[in-house]
Amino acid sequence: MSKREIVVVGNGMVGHHFVNTLVEAATGDRITILGGEPRPAYDRVHLSDVFAGRSPEDLALATRDTYKEWGVEAVFGDPVAAIERDKKEVVTEGGRRFAYDKLVLATGSYPFVPPVPGHEHERCLTYRTIDDLGEIRAKAKDSKIGVVVGGGLLGLECANALQNLGLQTHVVEFAPGLMGVQLDDGGSAMLRRKIEELGVNVHTGKNTQRIVDGDDCALRMEFADESVLETDMIVFSAGIRPWDQLARDCELAVGERGGIVVDTKCKTSDSDIYAVGECALFGGRIFGLVAPGYRMAETAAASVAGTDGVLFQGADMSTKLKLLGVDVGSIGDAHGRTPGAMSFVFSDQRENIYKRLVTSGDGKSLLGAVLVGDCGEYDTLLQYHLNDIELPADPQALILPNVGGAPVGLGVAALPATATICSCHNVSKGDIVGVIDAGCCSLGEVKAETKASTGCGGCAAMLKNLVDDELAARGVAVDKSICEHFAFTRQDLYNIVRVENIRSFDALLDKHGKGMGCDICKPAVASILASCWNDYVLEQPHAPLQDTNDRFLANLQKDGTYSVVPRVPGGEITPDKLIALGYVAKKYDLYTKITGGQRVDLFGARMEQLPDIWGELIQAGFETGHAYGKALRTVKSCVGSTWCRYGVQDSVGMAILLEERYKGLRSPHKLKMAVSGCTRECAEAQGKDVGVIATEKGWNLYVCGNGGMKPRHADLFATDLDDETLIRYIDRFFMFYCRTADRLQRTSVWMENMEGGLEYLQQVIIEDSLGLGAELEAQMAAVIGAYQCEWKTTVEDPEKVAQFKFFVNADATDENVVFVRERKQVRPATEEERAAMSADILATAS
Amino acid sequence: MSQWNDICSVADILPNSGRCALLGGDQVAIFRVAGGDGDTFYALANHDPFSGANVISRGIVGSLGERLVVASPVYKQHFCLDSGECVEDGEVKLRTWPVRVEGDRVLLAS
Ligand SMILES: Cc1cc2nc3c(=O)[nH]c(=O)nc-3n(C[C@H](O)[C@H](O)[C@H](O)COP(=O)(O)OP(=O)(O)OC[C@H]3O[C@@H](n4cnc5c(N)ncnc54)[C@H](O)[C@@H]3O)c2cc1C
Repeated sequence: MSKREIVVVGNGMVGHHFVNTLVEAATGDRITILGGEPRPAYDRVHLSDVFAGRSPEDLALATRDTYKEWGVEAVFGDPVAAIERDKKEVVTEGGRRFAYDKLVLATGSYPFVPPVPGHEHERCLTYRTIDDLGEIRAKAKDSKIGVVVGGGLLGLECANALQNLGLQTHVVEFAPGLMGVQLDDGGSAMLRRKIEELGVNVHTGKNTQRIVDGDDCALRMEFADESVLETDMIVFSAGIRPWDQLARDCELAVGERGGIVVDTKCKTSDSDIYAVGECALFGGRIFGLVAPGYRMAETAAASVAGTDGVLFQGADMSTKLKLLGVDVGSIGDAHGRTPGAMSFVFSDQRENIYKRLVTSGDGKSLLGAVLVGDCGEYDTLLQYHLNDIELPADPQALILPNVGGAPVGLGVAALPATATICSCHNVSKGDIVGVIDAGCCSLGEVKAETKASTGCGGCAAMLKNLVDDELAARGVAVDKSICEHFAFTRQDLYNIVRVENIRSFDALLDKHGKGMGCDICKPAVASILASCWNDYVLEQPHAPLQDTNDRFLANLQKDGTYSVVPRVPGGEITPDKLIALGYVAKKYDLYTKITGGQRVDLFGARMEQLPDIWGELIQAGFETGHAYGKALRTVKSCVGSTWCRYGVQDSVGMAILLEERYKGLRSPHKLKMAVSGCTRECAEAQGKDVGVIATEKGWNLYVCGNGGMKPRHADLFATDLDDETLIRYIDRFFMFYCRTADRLQRTSVWMENMEGGLEYLQQVIIEDSLGLGAELEAQMAAVIGAYQCEWKTTVEDPEKVAQFKFFVNADATDENVVFVRERKQVRPATEEERAAMSADILATAS
Repeated sequence: MSQWNDICSVADILPNSGRCALLGGDQVAIFRVAGGDGDTFYALANHDPFSGANVISRGIVGSLGERLVVASPVYKQHFCLDSGECVEDGEVKLRTWPVRVEGDRVLLAS
């Protein structure tokens, strides 16, 4: 039999999932993707993350290469114009023809734009694709005010985006309330309150009649009640319509209000044509969420592959999301429309929390729920609903605030095996238990094996509980030992060192470890010893524990040479010191580069040159910069109120004070700080472990940000602090981190893994809930008191200097280090350059 | 016939660490491992085949199970101190040299 031709029209989230599933089924068919957008499938659900700083490339679900590897032909940017069922061919707008044996329509939907006069204006936009996103950004640049038409889920998400773009934002809704589909009146009203508090203007019950040129702004919206609203741009988000024109034109059955009719196998009225995702109509409904679309894709793929028994039976439309920072959850029959249903409502107007349970008349099963302002119970309630678990005698206890007493959650243990844990990838509790039985023994492995929690991530907490619970039930002690030599976590080791007053690695190994130690535990223990006692790191017996960077107090580069970074507190440097730096760099012929932390990095220093280089730098007044250590690196600053027209505080002064205070602090991972003199944030403090931003009244403190591979914005921790309080909080914060983080765990991951997260950290640091405050401050004071410039101590000790000699028995230097010049500076020679050089030498020798 | 060459004094190499020696044209990393009944010395090539840099003597000394190893400071592969074998890649092996101590002097065979 010749290979079948499978053609997939539309390469959105669901179309991609279909192809992925069919490829995994290895049917040997030839698959062709015809995508209307100019790029391969991307994660539309997280489109708004781009406004929060994620790059569009990060959203990609596939690249052209992915499809090549899969052996799938893919054409982008040439939409299909017609289906010719009699010939079993499709034709693109560009006139290309593709024959099919099976055709899959995954064309999704498009934003509905109400046909009000003026809607064609170039400042009227929609929000569905990456291209739309670019348009919105471009228009927002010269806008002050933005309106979103539509107060549903997508509209509010869009409003959030406009706010993030700095626009004064309005939401205009035709219905009397926001998110009418998912929320009842009470929930909708609470959501409105919260959103208005955040500065978004909400106009409900507004029927837009015309859009005309404005007086003060580009546009004016005129409403049926004769009120008007001026705005610089409008984004329509008034619902979606299935993209079913292709199906209509070739006379497939479509619904009255649109949508391609499909059966439980996702087949249309033509049994060789399938429809999946938002273009499909099943049981009279369009499923406008990605999880049901994925189920359809799997169903259609199974049918194409000839696997029986996978049927689409409709899907649960419960949702949990954060809109404009407000937690909103909707489960099942949120409006209580089931005959005989009962409701339990809790409303707290001080904290702006609203919760409603809808139960059956006998109060035994949960039909629906609405949660606004606090979604803590969402997972539990959803499980009650989906698995029809009998409710407790007092169902209201499930949503009442937990004053004292233990929380009334439904433990993961109580869930049936069929309970869905991850709806994006359709992973049930049974699936997870299955892979654990088959040998997975960590959260990471379970995620890799089942894909659970790799979609929207909404089930992360529940998944972790389940995995922990299952592992515990099997008696698997989750092994957090740092390595084979110590059956302890870093945190345990830290406590042991403190409590038993242990001063060396050997003492710790003798009492609590086995073997000799290794390149994992030695540097980790060296760092703990330094955080606690702050001894000179090259003192015996600490020196052999250090990673080579700490051992030679410089940063090892790929050719075995080092780079040198003197401290420049706050990035402030006198001309004389700058000249001295230049002088040293020139004398030793070092490649010189300005760093992102506002200092200067000198590369290409040979091991044996380091003491001489530092002798001269110290002469010129420099201190070591700890660029080589898991330690405080820099405190970056903007120029602040001293010079800047906008600055409100002396950011440079504060940065210097902080850098001088914490320099030399060794920690589980490197630490970076920054101080900005106003909210323009030129020092990028929100990308640092600790960021400080000046306000009119003092300082705002941000924590746990970082750049690098997985950038994370810091969280606002405390506001309008005076100098003294700011420093007290930072002292406590750093010491608590040194005490409780894992080895090589940045502050961001440390906090994310902490039960209770930011709030817990605020309690410990600000409210001193553990009663540790004074102790942490005292420990920090001890570290600060014990500071020494490690390079000064080193160059003053001839025995230490002798350790930097490259050969223990000769004065020669490493001939393997070869430099060439590029842009007037040295750099390591490449392999080819080295080869060419040795050929030259041979040639001259002969 | 091997010839013993005087390299340095025992005290030049800190316990549980390495130093690099020049032997003829070869760079040799000598390690001193402290033990209950005296110190043991090992000698391996200083050239790290993974990074191409001469850095092995600057690695951290330790144990993996029963094996004594040094970790390359560049990409952290482990090499057995006695055989030179790479733990992560069975195909890679560093050259080794006989080493011994006489009095307080460390000697390498060439
Ligand atoms: C801003 C935003 C936020 C969202 N948030 C969530 C959320 O939090 N949770 C959730 O579950 N869902 C969310 N959704 C909905 C979710 O994105 C959709 O359910 C999902 O993308 C549907 O996938 P699909 O493949 O059916 O359609 P789409 O992803 O729209 O893909 C259809 C593709 O087909 C292409 N196409 C159309 N016609 C043709 C043609 N004739 N020829 C070739 N190609 C064609 C289109 O250009 C498009 O690329 C959100 C949607 C948006 C816009």
